[in-house]
Amino acid sequence: MTVEREKLVLIGNGMAGVGTIEQILKLGGAYDITVFGSEPHPNYNRIMLSYVLEGSKTIEEIVLNDRQWYADHNITLHTGTTVIRIDEAARQIITDNGMSVPYDKAIIATGSNSFILPVPGSDKEGVVGFRDIADCDAMIAAAKQYRTAAVIGGGLLGLEAAKGLVNLGMDVTVVHLLEDLMERQLDHNASSMLQAELARQGVKFAMGKQTIELTGDERVNGLRFSDGTELAADFVVMAVGIKPNTLLAQESGITVNRGIVVDDYLQTSMPGVYSVGECTEHRGICYGLVAPLFEQGSVLAKHLCGVQTQPYEGSVVATKLKISGVDVFSAGEFTETAEHTVISAKDEWKRTYKKILLKNNIIVGAVLFGDVTESANLQKLVKQGAEMTDEIYSEVMGTGCCGGGSAKKGMSVETMADEEIVCGCNGVTKKAIVDAVTENGFTTVDEIKACTGATRSCGGCKPVVEQILQFVLGDSFQQSAKQGICGCTTLSRDEIVAEITAKGLKTTKEVMNVLGWKQAEGCSKCRPAVNYYLGMLYPDTHEDEKESRFVNERMSANIQKDGTFTVVPRMYGGVTTPEDLKRIADVSLKYDVKVVKVTGGQRLDLIGVKKEDVPKVWEELDMPSGYAYAKSLRTVKTCVGSQFCRFGTQDSMGMGALLERKYERLDFPAKFKMAVNGCPRNCAESCTKDIGIVGNDGGWEIFIGGNGGIKPRIADSFCKVKTDEELIEVCSAVMQYYRETGNYLERTSEWVERIGLEQIQQVILDNEDNRKELAARIDFALAQVSDPWKKMLDDQETRTALFEQTRV
Amino acid sequence: MKTATQEYAVGKVQDFLLQIGRVVVAGGVELAIFRTSDGEIHAIENRSPHPKGGPLAEGIVSGCYLYDPLYDWKIDLRSGEVQTPDHGKVKVYPVVLDGDSVTVSL
Repeated sequence: MTVEREKLVLIGNGMAGVGTIEQILKLGGAYDITVFGSEPHPNYNRIMLSYVLEGSKTIEEIVLNDRQWYADHNITLHTGTTVIRIDEAARQIITDNGMSVPYDKAIIATGSNSFILPVPGSDKEGVVGFRDIADCDAMIAAAKQYRTAAVIGGGLLGLEAAKGLVNLGMDVTVVHLLEDLMERQLDHNASSMLQAELARQGVKFAMGKQTIELTGDERVNGLRFSDGTELAADFVVMAVGIKPNTLLAQESGITVNRGIVVDDYLQTSMPGVYSVGECTEHRGICYGLVAPLFEQGSVLAKHLCGVQTQPYEGSVVATKLKISGVDVFSAGEFTETAEHTVISAKDEWKRTYKKILLKNNIIVGAVLFGDVTESANLQKLVKQGAEMTDEIYSEVMGTGCCGGGSAKKGMSVETMADEEIVCGCNGVTKKAIVDAVTENGFTTVDEIKACTGATRSCGGCKPVVEQILQFVLGDSFQQSAKQGICGCTTLSRDEIVAEITAKGLKTTKEVMNVLGWKQAEGCSKCRPAVNYYLGMLYPDTHEDEKESRFVNERMSANIQKDGTFTVVPRMYGGVTTPEDLKRIADVSLKYDVKVVKVTGGQRLDLIGVKKEDVPKVWEELDMPSGYAYAKSLRTVKTCVGSQFCRFGTQDSMGMGALLERKYERLDFPAKFKMAVNGCPRNCAESCTKDIGIVGNDGGWEIFIGGNGGIKPRIADSFCKVKTDEELIEVCSAVMQYYRETGNYLERTSEWVERIGLEQIQQVILDNEDNRKELAARIDFALAQVSDPWKKMLDDQETRTALFEQTRV
Repeated sequence: MKTATQEYAVGKVQDFLLQIGRVVVAGGVELAIFRTSDGEIHAIENRSPHPKGGPLAEGIVSGCYLYDPLYDWKIDLRSGEVQTPDHGKVKVYPVVLDGDSVTVSL
């Protein structure tokens, strides 16, 4: 026989109510739960509607609990259903579509509605609030059709709405009754800086204007103000405030003032019925922000689960404006009076402003503009009612001695109580984060996010989460982040290579098994890396794992964003023949190549070859692979040189082709580019190549570690040699040393800086035996390679599996 | 309107190289079919849920996860769910193994 569980009904499927349910589930509360919501959506993150409007998030992205979540927790969900009455006598919930559901406990979390100004014309078409997804959709639709908009209300929501509409391409004027924006959260200084910043971003303002009428016929076409002036607008957003949605409570005979009146345990005047969120009035205050709602939910959840809890005693309200690139923060008291001591710093050049208010040396409020890095810290200090000290002062005002900053930050996290909420959106405490780190060995914010939900919503707490991570991991924070080659292992490249050699490991699978990888078959970062290390260590016996290769290397062609491929045939030293060009042209026409492009490395790139055509293109070109897809020798770029050029002192084309033939097809840690120049004019740009060679009258100068890409670096002069044989031997030794010591994906520009030019010179130039051994090892490895296109064309089975499309 | 599902014989087990995706067009839908190292066969729509799209068949397979070839999103081949920190879902089609013949229902 099953024990009949108590029935809990949640009225209002929003953040406050569902947040409470989540807390109850976490505490193991044994209720049969039913949820009613008027909106047709599952619970979404209302505070992120501004991002939806702004276009940086989609509605799907702000859903907090999808329908599966309700199903997973055996919660009955009725969306699009409005509860109209709670029948106390019968203990029944009555809905607008005639349902009646029994309850033992009920939570009212009906939130609030936009307050629509009671002026003539406010019911016209084209006038909306900014409260829910429907409003958001209306605004996005209006922006497509109309040009001018007015937002009435210069508070948090109004400004977010205005910026969103500007982003959608509308001409927007914010109409505000007072002279200062966000006057309920900001002081005059911060407010005027905010207005200037938003004006820079394209928002217009009509300040000190009282709207007395919305004009127009059926659809609004303008606003009339009390001073007689008018403003044209074919879309109006009312964002003058919110009104607790108390209709249900009133109809049911529950005591309502401005909001539904509750005690310190969120209990309403009706037994068994509670209220949380914006519809609630606690000690005379109705909150309209997310953090207090969560604090209320937390107390209520504990109370309903019979867990001991402190009563709810009100919240310190902190505000953050959610407009990308405009950072505003306020907490607690913000307007100074005679009894306040004021600390303030205004920097008009950097456009930052900071103010802290003290009362009897207790921190009671703060306002930040521009730089809000101290927001989490200040919010905590205000909430705790902390006393100002020299330490706190230098911490928050940033005037501490040099280098002290980060240590101070660590301290503030250290002193934070375990139960303190770090992520206000998802109710994640410091302890939950610390536990996640210590129990699971996490080292990144992303891991913490996936596990606890912290930083998942607005992301404002990310700096604090990072600080906690740093605090828990201590010195190993840096190390562990650097050590492992990816999230699958904590072993470094050198440790992995040493273990492979010591234990004689032969396959990536073996490496990952024996060395205790977290994900048995690794990830897209470590599998190709380990496959490279195995091939580098065992050039003759390692069986290359196609399945551990990145797509381009597996297919021997470069994938493009639409799934087609590019084919680059080899042209040694950048020299081709009319016959080859003709064939390239014919094949390109036959296979409908979209673009033929000359690459940066002096080759021809056939772009847009269909996957199934790739092997046919190879076959008909009948040229070696140009390796444009590989972590291998890509190209040897050459100038004309002594064969034709009047300045040429060396045969750069000949040497370039020779080097390219010698070193092609061998795997390197990353792509590898070379250049050979016939004279110091350096037309083939040796300074940006992994190995650049510059001819002179008496021999060659070799440069290494150049790069023209992401992190440009001019190559270092490595040495000068007299003969071609010496040149080849030095090149061989440098390449092999790089192959043996380079981290996978590390270019020589980074490798030279990490290992040190002098060290490389010592190994190769000062020790002839060493140099010859390195050169012999690369020759041995080079003896094992063959052309991948030919190999694929001869292997019908792999060719079919990789390139052909079966149709059934 | 929802049409009834139809079964398509897409090949033999050995046609699908271990941990390497293969493209099969069945009933007009382009599928990426994978054989994971535990012998399971998974069929998903060959289209990345990334806003920029692109194919999936060429990705790296690890266990029952796929790393997409263009943007490196991690996707669960069993459910089609994109793993955090990215979000999205790929359409998954049921696969039946009968001896060594592979059938996908669409």
